Amino acid sequence: MSTMTYLQAITDGLRTEMRQDERVFVLGEDVGAFGGAFKATAGLYDEFGADRVQDTPIAESAIIGASVGAALAGLRPVAEMQFSDFVACGFDQLVNVAGKMHYRTGLAVPMVLRLPTGGGFAGGPFHSQNPEAWFMHAPGLKVVAPSTPADAKGLLMSALRDPNPVCFLEHKNLYRRQKGEVPEGTHLEPFEARVVRAGEELTIVAYGAMVHAALAAADTFEPGRVEVLDLRSLVPLDEEAILASVRRTSKVLIVDEANETCAAGAQVAALVADRAFSDLDGPVRRIATPDVPIPFSPTLEASVLPTPDRIAEAARELLAY
Amino acid sequence: MATLTRAESPTPAAGPRPKAGAPDAAAPDAEAAASDPALTPDDRLALYRFLVQMRAIEERGVALYKQGKVPGSFYDGRGQEAISVGATFALGPDDVVCSPLIRDLGAHLVRGTDVTEILRHYMGRQNALSHGREGNVHFGDRARGVVGMVSMLPDMMVVAVGLAMAFRMRGERRVALSFFGDGATSRGDWHEAMNWAGVRKEPVVFVCENNGLAYSTPSDRQFVVGPAERAAGYGVASTTVDGNDVEAVHAAVHAARLRALAGDGPTLVEARTMRMHGHGAHDDQRYVDPELLASWTPKDPLTRYDARLTEQGVDTAAVRERVAAELEQAVTVALTAPLPDPAVATSDVFCAGEPATLGRGDAPWSFHSPEAAA
Repeated sequence: MSTMTYLQAITDGLRTEMRQDERVFVLGEDVGAFGGAFKATAGLYDEFGADRVQDTPIAESAIIGASVGAALAGLRPVAEMQFSDFVACGFDQLVNVAGKMHYRTGLAVPMVLRLPTGGGFAGGPFHSQNPEAWFMHAPGLKVVAPSTPADAKGLLMSALRDPNPVCFLEHKNLYRRQKGEVPEGTHLEPFEARVVRAGEELTIVAYGAMVHAALAAADTFEPGRVEVLDLRSLVPLDEEAILASVRRTSKVLIVDEANETCAAGAQVAALVADRAFSDLDGPVRRIATPDVPIPFSPTLEASVLPTPDRIAEAARELLAY
Repeated sequence: MATLTRAESPTPAAGPRPKAGAPDAAAPDAEAAASDPALTPDDRLALYRFLVQMRAIEERGVALYKQGKVPGSFYDGRGQEAISVGATFALGPDDVVCSPLIRDLGAHLVRGTDVTEILRHYMGRQNALSHGREGNVHFGDRARGVVGMVSMLPDMMVVAVGLAMAFRMRGERRVALSFFGDGATSRGDWHEAMNWAGVRKEPVVFVCENNGLAYSTPSDRQFVVGPAERAAGYGVASTTVDGNDVEAVHAAVHAARLRALAGDGPTLVEARTMRMHGHGAHDDQRYVDPELLASWTPKDPLTRYDARLTEQGVDTAAVRERVAAELEQAVTVALTAPLPDPAVATSDVFCAGEPATLGRGDAPWSFHSPEAAA
């Protein structure tokens, strides 16, 4: 074990796998000598060279499409979108080419698409989005979203060994704020949910940065009352873990940092309503960012993103229901 | 034979803008057909056979569509057969086609994909190519190094660049071949593929089938500067050939392939042709000037090649008869295939095991022999 930031854990996961699997290579805008806009690939260029840490033209569609081709040829590309928002420029290659390839042709596309997501730092409408629901709605893509340094490495290394296209959502706000113990060497985490705080009276379902907001909210109640379930993987969605927790606590609050409509949390809510209705002692509640672009001014941004206070308030209401 | 225009050569000025419905080249002169010295008599016979086979399968496919046995619509490449056949014929077994488009059935035939499977695929029956999950000419054959197309053009050009990149990174002597139409050159992925291939010198061959029409929209409503001229702007070599001359297409792609293998980078081969049928079986293309179509009829790639081989003493009628008999047999077998099990609709969205690799295609042509290489 060594102590790392969430960002260092991502770099460590890449480096560890690149050392033991020569098929793995990184490509993206400014990922080479510069080390990436957030320094997620820092040091890799020096160790692995220009062919395995490739600076590309500013061409998101080509970055994703060329990754598909390299994957078909037997390599294991790791493509970086400089910001997850920019994946819109390469969306067609992702959903129409990568996502449908195995179903249509039997050819697998083992590639990882790293997507720095999320707001909270005055990034404005083009550098703050949480686009995970786009991918959830496109068949053939796996979608994972770690909340801790250990999971960042473990889910990334599992993604690198998955034979499918995996959208790896790394939250920018966690890059340097989250620090923790990370196993050395190969570390694999399954694409499954995990209970990060056990409780008896209410389940808060969250993923990514919202796990930490949910934990902060849970801290405002007596220990043992509020459970926090970290989804970690959105596709596949760990339905049994969600249902098991909700059946135990009988109440559920679902938190998304993404825009509310059709967010990952909406799928969780539908699942609970469909398969755990008779176990519920209260309404299924959701907290998410309203359906607006993420505004720039810190005051405006703070007014739309879910906060521990808002989560705690909703939790209080549910507990009292 | 076509000659390569080096990317650094001065760009030829754009010619006069074409009339609506017309390709930006006049119909080629049937008398001026090129002869590719790399081809042996056996190669020529094979080329002819593939042209005949593509025409026959697609004529039969239209009939099956009209009989209600092919769901959806049916897309053919009548008049353009020489391009996919001639281009794919230039490949080695380890090269990858990514991808044949809806006018490129010939590419699948040259690579050796089973005709009965293709017919089952057309009819949405149980088949090994697509399992009924796909239709039309949207299929690949991974065992033969052919990646199936998608409908968004020219997406697969970008994927071909990625394949070529992998070949180069591993030091393999392989190229990727990608087909696209004139209409596809309007989209951003065309630009991204050309730019990336040019800047990285990827071993990829781009074959542009310029039939002057993107569905119903003529070239002069799509772009001012033709595809081959634009290639120079990306550092991509280009050449323009008579797309209705199978040997000319072959020669150009053969040269482009050798150029890619030598590490000299990508080439765009612009094959000028005419789409003699509508976009699909549902389209009577009444928007195309009948006189223009009539002017292309004598340039039909099949009848032209037939005349040349007949002159060389080949019994072309025997080839046609054999192809027709084999096709009828394949249709009979295909029609007995059951429809897919509905469970197939919801399986295999994800790969659960080790990824299958791309296999080797048929390429037994004489010029790939060690003697020819020497």
